Amino acid sequence: MATRTTPAPTDSDPSPHPGLDADLRLSRGSFDLDVRLSCPPGRILALLGPNGAGKSSALRALAGLVPLTGGHIRLNGDDHTTTAVEHRPIGMVFQDYLLFPHMSALDNVAFGPRCQGVGRAEARERARALLDHMDLGDHSASRPPRLSGGQAQRVALARALAVRPRMLLMDEPMAALDASTRVAVRSRLRHLLEEFDGVTVLVTHDPLDAMVLADHIAVIEDGRLVQEGTPAEVARRPRTTYVARLVGLNLFRGEARGGTVTLDGDGSGEPAGVEVREARHGRVLVAFPPRAVALYQERPHGSPRNMWRLRVEGIERFGDQVRVNLEGVLSLAADITPAALAELGLARGEEVWAGVKATEVECYPG
Amino acid sequence: MTAVATRSDRRAPRTRSGRVPWILVLPALVGLSFLILPFAGLLVRAPWPTMVERVTEPEVLAALWLSLSTATVATLVSLSFGVPLAWMLARTEFPGRRVVRALVTIPLVIPPVVGGVALLLVLGRNGLVGRYLDAWFGLTLPFTPAAVVIAQVFVAMPFLVITVEGALRGADRRYEEAAATLGASRVTIFTRVTLPMVLPGIGAGAILCWARALGEFGATITFAGNFPGTTQTMPLAVYMAMQRDPEAAIVLSLVLLLVSLAVLVTLRERWVNP
Repeated sequence: MATRTTPAPTDSDPSPHPGLDADLRLSRGSFDLDVRLSCPPGRILALLGPNGAGKSSALRALAGLVPLTGGHIRLNGDDHTTTAVEHRPIGMVFQDYLLFPHMSALDNVAFGPRCQGVGRAEARERARALLDHMDLGDHSASRPPRLSGGQAQRVALARALAVRPRMLLMDEPMAALDASTRVAVRSRLRHLLEEFDGVTVLVTHDPLDAMVLADHIAVIEDGRLVQEGTPAEVARRPRTTYVARLVGLNLFRGEARGGTVTLDGDGSGEPAGVEVREARHGRVLVAFPPRAVALYQERPHGSPRNMWRLRVEGIERFGDQVRVNLEGVLSLAADITPAALAELGLARGEEVWAGVKATEVECYPG
Repeated sequence: MTAVATRSDRRAPRTRSGRVPWILVLPALVGLSFLILPFAGLLVRAPWPTMVERVTEPEVLAALWLSLSTATVATLVSLSFGVPLAWMLARTEFPGRRVVRALVTIPLVIPPVVGGVALLLVLGRNGLVGRYLDAWFGLTLPFTPAAVVIAQVFVAMPFLVITVEGALRGADRRYEEAAATLGASRVTIFTRVTLPMVLPGIGAGAILCWARALGEFGATITFAGNFPGTTQTMPLAVYMAMQRDPEAAIVLSLVLLLVSLAVLVTLRERWVNP
């Protein structure tokens, strides 16, 4: 697995690094986190990973809610590794928002400024302006239990922004919402986050949230950073099976020699080969979407496709498509139309020809 | 077809709760009557015709006033020391915390008379601390209303501490974390977030504490004595009346019962079920 990159020349570097520069190391029992993160001001970084991967721990470490066992946290050149939580220039939106139930929305938002020593009237004024901006002016007197999920999320965001943080931390901001409101709430959140000029770090296990909300995605698995990049890069060129599954691609590792990649087999039988469109050499990753896979009863003649004889392991409905899981020299998923399925007359255990055009295959250094 | 027929047969869907579990209900009813019957006895045997004049006797009023005021002061004292103590037990880590927790509950398990003796040995005129209070400040605690309050705090505060500690442990600490990320100091977190969120628990603890203080007998009579007007609280007055005039004891008991019921019901409405 990919681990930490080479340590940056930090201590000797006098120029302040704008934005976040964090090297988070913490170990607790058998759990061990070791990730390097950076994010310029005005950008949104998503930590994406499965449950228990350590992304929430990373966020809590950034907030100062758990102490680091090693590494550093720098924000705009200032070291905050050991700064107490209440003195960090951060605002945090928690998973279930954690709005104080005994205070009105307005008092929730004014709480932070009051703690920072802002006068009562001014704090309330600041809170009112933020709530108005988020179209919550009518709800400023409401107690949190009376707010809808989307409203509570915006109050939580307003509360976090009211302390004028340099870094905004969001833990699973979409998790507490029901499916019917997600799309609207997500695009609205994206809009509000774009206005924030500090660093935003958000944690999510939902690739769609990460793709829509973030400018940059860091994938964390088992406490390690396994992939980093823009949403488009991550979606197009996944580096682990987990990411590939999230973004819905078939992913293989192999050895490239020119335009042919020999895939790593499981040791039994002849390893499968894949033709790719550009020549490479050395270790590579090969990815292609399930919808690029075509299935045939008979091997077609004269087509420049990659062709494998595979066994049907499972068939399931997947949106308006049918996903066919295939096993053999390689295991892959193919999405075909219900009509094609009926025509092929496929059933579990049967063999079929699967083909992918070389131009549909993405090949990149692994 | 059969499905339709079956559906129309049982028109109103019923959830079967099964037969009455007598093995539980019977002992419950016995327990309930055991708790209630003695009060019925009080009501039946009360000298109703002379009730009004007996209740308004100065001695009764003095004892009642002393009981209510000392129990209330004792509850306020317990709140101001007990809530921070509960916070310390629930929210901080220090060596020997388990031992401290056990020590807090000692007054719950020892007989109150023993507590009174212990208080006398420490705060009495010749006591470990009392002699200095007397020598330096000319302060003698035993046999004063202050002693009544001290005895009540001693026996009642543990109820408050235990209840509030439980409430603090049950409270969602992530709200405190949220407050910390907003820049709140530990004191601000406690006063503005923790305290309001465990207020029902504090209310319940205060009610328990007040009720226990109101009923306090053993430690009071040992440490504060039994002087009408200054240290003779209602329970003491009931006991004394029982020796010479049982009817007076019934009257005093009824008054104590009604007043405490009234206070508890009012406070429960306000604090526990807001």
